[in-house]
Amino acid sequence: MTSDQQVKSASTGPEAAGEPESPGGPRGRSLLSGKSLEALALPIAWVLVIIIFGVLRPGTFLSSANLASILASQAVLVVVSLALVIVLTAGDYDLSVAAVVGLSANLIAILNVNYGVPIGLAILVALVAGLLVGVLNGLFVVLVQIDSLIVTLGMSTFVAGIVLWISGSNTVSGISNDLVRPVIVWRMLGVPLEFYYALIIAVGVWYVFRYTPLGRRLLVVGRSREVARLSGVRVGAVRWGALAVSGVIAAFGGVLYAGTSGAAGPTSGLELLLPAFAAAFLGATTVNPGRFNAWGTVIAVYFLVTGITGLQLLGAQSYVQNIFYGAALVLAVSFSQIVRRRRAARAQ
Amino acid sequence: MVGERPLLQAIGLTKSFGGALALDGVDLTVLPGEVHGLLGENGSGKSTLIKILAGYHTPEDGRLVVNGREVTLPLPPGQPQQLGLEFVHQDLGLVSSLTVAENLYMSEIVKPANRFFVSWSRRSDQARDVFARYGVAIDPDATIEGIRPVERALVAIVRALEGLRRATGDEPTLLVLDEPTVFLPQNEVALLFDFVRQIAGRGSSVLFVSHDLAEVRQITDRVTVLRDGRVAGSVVTADTPPRELVNLILGQELQEMAEIEQQVQTGEVVLEVRGLTTRWLHDVSFQLHPGEVLGLTGLVGSGYEDAVYAIFGAIPAEGGSLVMGGEERTVTAMTPQAAMARGIALVPGDRQNSGSIPTLPASDNINLLVLDGYFRAGRLRQGDLDANAKALMDEFDVRPPRPDLDYGSFSGGNQQKAMMAKWKQINPAVMLLHEPTQGVDVGARQQIWSMIRASTDTSSTICASSDYEQLAAICDRVGVIARGRLVGYLTGAELTKERIADYCLSSSAGASVAGMDGSGG
Repeated sequence: MTSDQQVKSASTGPEAAGEPESPGGPRGRSLLSGKSLEALALPIAWVLVIIIFGVLRPGTFLSSANLASILASQAVLVVVSLALVIVLTAGDYDLSVAAVVGLSANLIAILNVNYGVPIGLAILVALVAGLLVGVLNGLFVVLVQIDSLIVTLGMSTFVAGIVLWISGSNTVSGISNDLVRPVIVWRMLGVPLEFYYALIIAVGVWYVFRYTPLGRRLLVVGRSREVARLSGVRVGAVRWGALAVSGVIAAFGGVLYAGTSGAAGPTSGLELLLPAFAAAFLGATTVNPGRFNAWGTVIAVYFLVTGITGLQLLGAQSYVQNIFYGAALVLAVSFSQIVRRRRAARAQ
Repeated sequence: MVGERPLLQAIGLTKSFGGALALDGVDLTVLPGEVHGLLGENGSGKSTLIKILAGYHTPEDGRLVVNGREVTLPLPPGQPQQLGLEFVHQDLGLVSSLTVAENLYMSEIVKPANRFFVSWSRRSDQARDVFARYGVAIDPDATIEGIRPVERALVAIVRALEGLRRATGDEPTLLVLDEPTVFLPQNEVALLFDFVRQIAGRGSSVLFVSHDLAEVRQITDRVTVLRDGRVAGSVVTADTPPRELVNLILGQELQEMAEIEQQVQTGEVVLEVRGLTTRWLHDVSFQLHPGEVLGLTGLVGSGYEDAVYAIFGAIPAEGGSLVMGGEERTVTAMTPQAAMARGIALVPGDRQNSGSIPTLPASDNINLLVLDGYFRAGRLRQGDLDANAKALMDEFDVRPPRPDLDYGSFSGGNQQKAMMAKWKQINPAVMLLHEPTQGVDVGARQQIWSMIRASTDTSSTICASSDYEQLAAICDRVGVIARGRLVGYLTGAELTKERIADYCLSSSAGASVAGMDGSGG
């Protein structure tokens, strides 16, 4: 550090005084530890929530059955949140993810139960449908250059309408056990397999974000389309690709949804939109603060559901869920904005 | 006009900022019904003077007399309008998504006469009447973004005049137009000038602020030239040859210019641009030689910076072609990817928005172009990426050499050096630069110049800049662009800061270099 400082004082001009480390007092290592404390805030809060409810309701809250049910019940939300995180990283919104879950689940139910289509083929059709929705989103966002917020908001309602239509407003149950069993029945370490499917998606997103050039380009496109474009990144292709992949992953969430309940109804999945946004933004405050990231999103999903489950065990009504998710979304976004502004101020 | 009572008389205005004198005893006299030019280079004090008239700045010394009445400075808010002074700035202050009528009656929105109700259909009819009175045909119901740039300027001017009429009745007024033509296409400037003359014909005075010699000569009756915060001269436009105005602006008695090197250099050509046309450029052609640093310059609004962006495919071109390595390609088909594939690099002038992402670490910014090379065995090698960034930061003297710090936390000079390092990695045959040392401290400026000169071993450079000192320091040849056309080159002994400034001003005055001696007599 000392030689660093000497070099710096030798540099000329008034700008030299404004070098990065000087403001904010502590420099170097301690700054880094401040950053890692920020990164650990949510996991620590999660552990605290577990301890509090564990003490208040030791018998029920800490039971392994409850743990397994929490982990498995949120697998679909984890998958949907990860789909969303990909698009958010590329700098766009995707409000159609939840509707795609419903579309996918209903396609599987209707094709498999009403038309006797083999479950494997039904799943394939559902995934292709998700891809199609994503590609269509991209068409309007990239080619026609409409704001993604508007396009996917419309698409969400459009898809929900299609679902209502093809389902005839009926819930279709009795989906083949060939899907139900590998999703919810079979277990590993006492936890249904669907939890691990969600983890596999998380690993995939984490790998792409962290270890591939594509992940970096996605991040750069999200931060500045102009810089990306002038650096030779095919911005349109990246944004379109993110929306398409998001559609497929959301459709995979629909597969898990169908397998979990063995049925699908006209409004299936729609309730996941706000929790997915809350998880994505809350997740961006942890692990790698300031960036949407896979593990932060997973932690955020389980932090939120832990709080909700605990409060419900304490006797809170179901409305607590809405209050919790709604507040979490606004607070998470506020928090990340404050962090970002502080970092920007520090950078001046 | 002698003996006529001046509409506005500023006497001995003095203003300093942090010890530096921006205005030093400036006098300005505007007569009724005249178009008066206020001319000077950037930093000569034009805008400080205007801001004193508008009441933004408090002068340390000086008096202001309007219509024969002495007024106290600073002018409180609202006072300039009461006195009959109104300002139209180059950004015009219009809301582009609203209609013409809504913009014309903007004050009704801000401070409505009736708190609850504004009748826009009535406003629309009123606007039509107002335009008719000024002899302007603009649809009041069109949105600002839907009309031509010159029409927007007219709307802003009519709005200012109407505001004055409401404030002062039929008192004589002064309309200040602050660089009104900068955003106008060349062929629309004439329309604006017609209108300005018409205003003056009705008895209102116009103060026309500009750095453009040709426009000032075309439209003004008299002109006051500012240089370094002082009045360099106040003259009758028609009696003053352009040569003399240039000398007033630059403050030097330049020798008649020796013959300007216009011959095409022979020898190898790395890049040839043929007939490049963009929104601002017309039919610009030039050649770039191996190891050459070619400067492109001109006045603000001349379009000199367009060439580097168009060649890289960063802005749309309307026509022209590029020849590189024997292959010709239309400029309209250029994209950044295609440019990079041909070994062309662009370091844009706007570091914060086009060149880099301030909220990402220096490492990510520097390595953006070479990511694929560090993707091995299914993994991006972050350690190697950071080491690469660190090595480049050392080589280009980016301080502190910390790849993990956010790019935005580095000083301007270090940011610029990091951008040079980023693009050097693709070993460009042609390096395109726009204002490479804007907002950079003195030490880094010298370093960046050395880097550009050192790069001539392996690449050629085109540097678009209005920093004449910089062009003189680094360029082998400087092409001057005036009104969208490449009018000539400066080389060798002619490459001095003063010569470049002189050439830019004189060629913009429309006088060809050869024609200048003729008018000088």
